[in-house]
Amino acid sequence: MKRFAIALFSTLALATSAAQAVEYNQVQADKSQIAFGYQQMGVSMDGSFKTFSSQLRFDPAAPEAASAAIEVELASVDTGSAEGDEEVARKTWFNTPDFPKARFESTGVRALGGNQYEVAGKLTIKGTTRDVVVPATFTPQGDTGVFEGSLTIQRGDFSIGEGAWKAFDIVVNDVVIKFRITAAAK
Amino acid sequence: MSTHYTATAKALHWVIAVLIFGMLGLGFYMTGLDLSPTKLQLFSWHKWVGVSVFVLVVARLAWRVTHRPPALPQHMAPIERLAAHAGHHLLYVLMFAIPLSGWLMSSAKGFQTVWFGVLPLPDLLAKDKALGDLLQTVHVTLNYLLIAVLLGHIGAALKHHYFDKDDVMTRMLPRRGD
Repeated sequence: MKRFAIALFSTLALATSAAQAVEYNQVQADKSQIAFGYQQMGVSMDGSFKTFSSQLRFDPAAPEAASAAIEVELASVDTGSAEGDEEVARKTWFNTPDFPKARFESTGVRALGGNQYEVAGKLTIKGTTRDVVVPATFTPQGDTGVFEGSLTIQRGDFSIGEGAWKAFDIVVNDVVIKFRITAAAK
Repeated sequence: MSTHYTATAKALHWVIAVLIFGMLGLGFYMTGLDLSPTKLQLFSWHKWVGVSVFVLVVARLAWRVTHRPPALPQHMAPIERLAAHAGHHLLYVLMFAIPLSGWLMSSAKGFQTVWFGVLPLPDLLAKDKALGDLLQTVHVTLNYLLIAVLLGHIGAALKHHYFDKDDVMTRMLPRRGD
């Protein structure tokens, strides 16, 4: 009986420590998406980025220790038309030859209760860095977890759309960035 | 029996005529532009007017089926009557099919049509690049066909006026008292 109790106790202890050590950090690129949406003369438009890399560490038991860094290849943009893809690579938009990547790097994570989190960080696009706070949810799915959220930025803050595109009457200022990142636990 | 079209039929005919000529010009002009805010604006206007033409054509057809137009002149041979009827049928078909193909093309290309930037039209097709390109070809081809039929329409009206010297053209023209 005593031996059984010790065995039970050590199993429980092991299980508990294993649960604490769950850290989602293996990003599955094929199950992750970064998309965006905006309005153009009253029409809702959307697009996405096909190539981006991300590193993240997230332990639900210790969310404040989590971190994320995402780098988006801006040339991999899909605006829905070849003409649009070429246009946004130009100097007036992303200027991808000079600024090929957009980067988000977290500076702190706050748990809001439930599966809601707030990820503070620095967003750099086209040489401009801004502090942003990204609301995100985390949903465990078996041995993987899905991080989802969206963030509205103003394209004018990052000089995205200069010259003739600078006015917001045709293409509005607000751009919603939506992400869904799937990561496996190690 | 009146020898003239009704004032409503005339108004619809001429408003639609002016819009169609404007739309043909705008369509060919805007598609040749490099991408710019102006181009996006012109595309939106083209789509708004296209939907408007469609609505006017529905009204026109409804008026046409409830109001018999004046009879064709006696001198016309059966083959001429057949050509006149076929030409007008084709015009109605094209006036429906062209805005419809434009709307479907927009949906397939992923650019929803929002009438005057306010009223969103449902996307009947999901985004599909290949289908969008196909519908673009359909839209352009139908417009070339429309131009051919319009040339026939205008040519026939002028022939009736200057050669046959009948009232086929003048009965569609505005007159005092309409």
